[in-house]
Amino acid sequence: MNNATNQMKNPIQHLNKIFDSRIRLGIMSALAVNDEVNFNELKELIDVTDGNLASHLKTLEDNAYVKVEKGFIGRKTNTTYKITKAGEKAFRNHLDALEKMIRSIG
Amino acid sequence: MSATTQSNLETIKDIKKIMERSSRFISLSGWSGVAAGLCALLGSWVAFNRITGYLEGTGSSAGCAVCLENELIAIAAVVFIAALASAFSFTYIRSKKDGAAIWGSAARRLLWNTLLPMIVGGILILKMIDLKYYDLVAPATLIFYGLALVNGSKYTMGEVRYLGYAQLITGLLSLFIASRGLYAWAFGFGVLHIIYGAAMWWKYERNDQ
Repeated sequence: MNNATNQMKNPIQHLNKIFDSRIRLGIMSALAVNDEVNFNELKELIDVTDGNLASHLKTLEDNAYVKVEKGFIGRKTNTTYKITKAGEKAFRNHLDALEKMIRSIG
Repeated sequence: MSATTQSNLETIKDIKKIMERSSRFISLSGWSGVAAGLCALLGSWVAFNRITGYLEGTGSSAGCAVCLENELIAIAAVVFIAALASAFSFTYIRSKKDGAAIWGSAARRLLWNTLLPMIVGGILILKMIDLKYYDLVAPATLIFYGLALVNGSKYTMGEVRYLGYAQLITGLLSLFIASRGLYAWAFGFGVLHIIYGAAMWWKYERNDQ
């Protein structure tokens, strides 16, 4: 079976396991449309606790989907996050797979 | 509809919501528009009285064109500050109620993209006043404000774009009814703001109460 038919028959395998979590998907959504987003803005947008957000960000960072920049505003630390090229690609593929799944049924 | 499809649709809704909330400032209250419009109407009325006073030789600036010019600039400045302050207050109240941050990157982008055309236009208009091109002042304020709104609409509720188009049309039409600049001004900054604010309140905030 070639790749194209394979993809049509079973789009589920193109869904990215890393994006199973609503929080990780939320982080990627925010980073996809913004040059950079800081920790507190992400926390407010997705409505999660510090620890929870930090651990999901770590997973995305370990997969090289997100890069972290630590800076300062005055004396306060300001950690901002950006999406990487690999992250953009993975997120787009995930959205395409979701779209195909919905289309194949509708 | 199967459970997976349902959950996929939910996921897509979540993605869309976060993309919008993170890139657009959506706490802009309809009341802000209404308040800014009322300030503009009040200001236009005061300005109208001053101008008629000058023309009939009865007002405080009778026979003194420079006094009238300074008075009108002062009125415009007070209206601008009052409109901005009241618009900001209602939006602040709404953002508190929504639990959204008023000063996030979305608000920063909205502010920059509306302020840029307004500052550039403002400098040009001051020069027009300096050169005594008074007939162009009302059209120019409306046109640059309209451009600012169209530009900023990408970073807030999309409907702001239509208010921008309406201001642009009002501004362009007023180029051809030059001596009636104040009416165009009152219509654009007063009436259009009130209509827009009321419509936005009706659409988004009516059910929040």
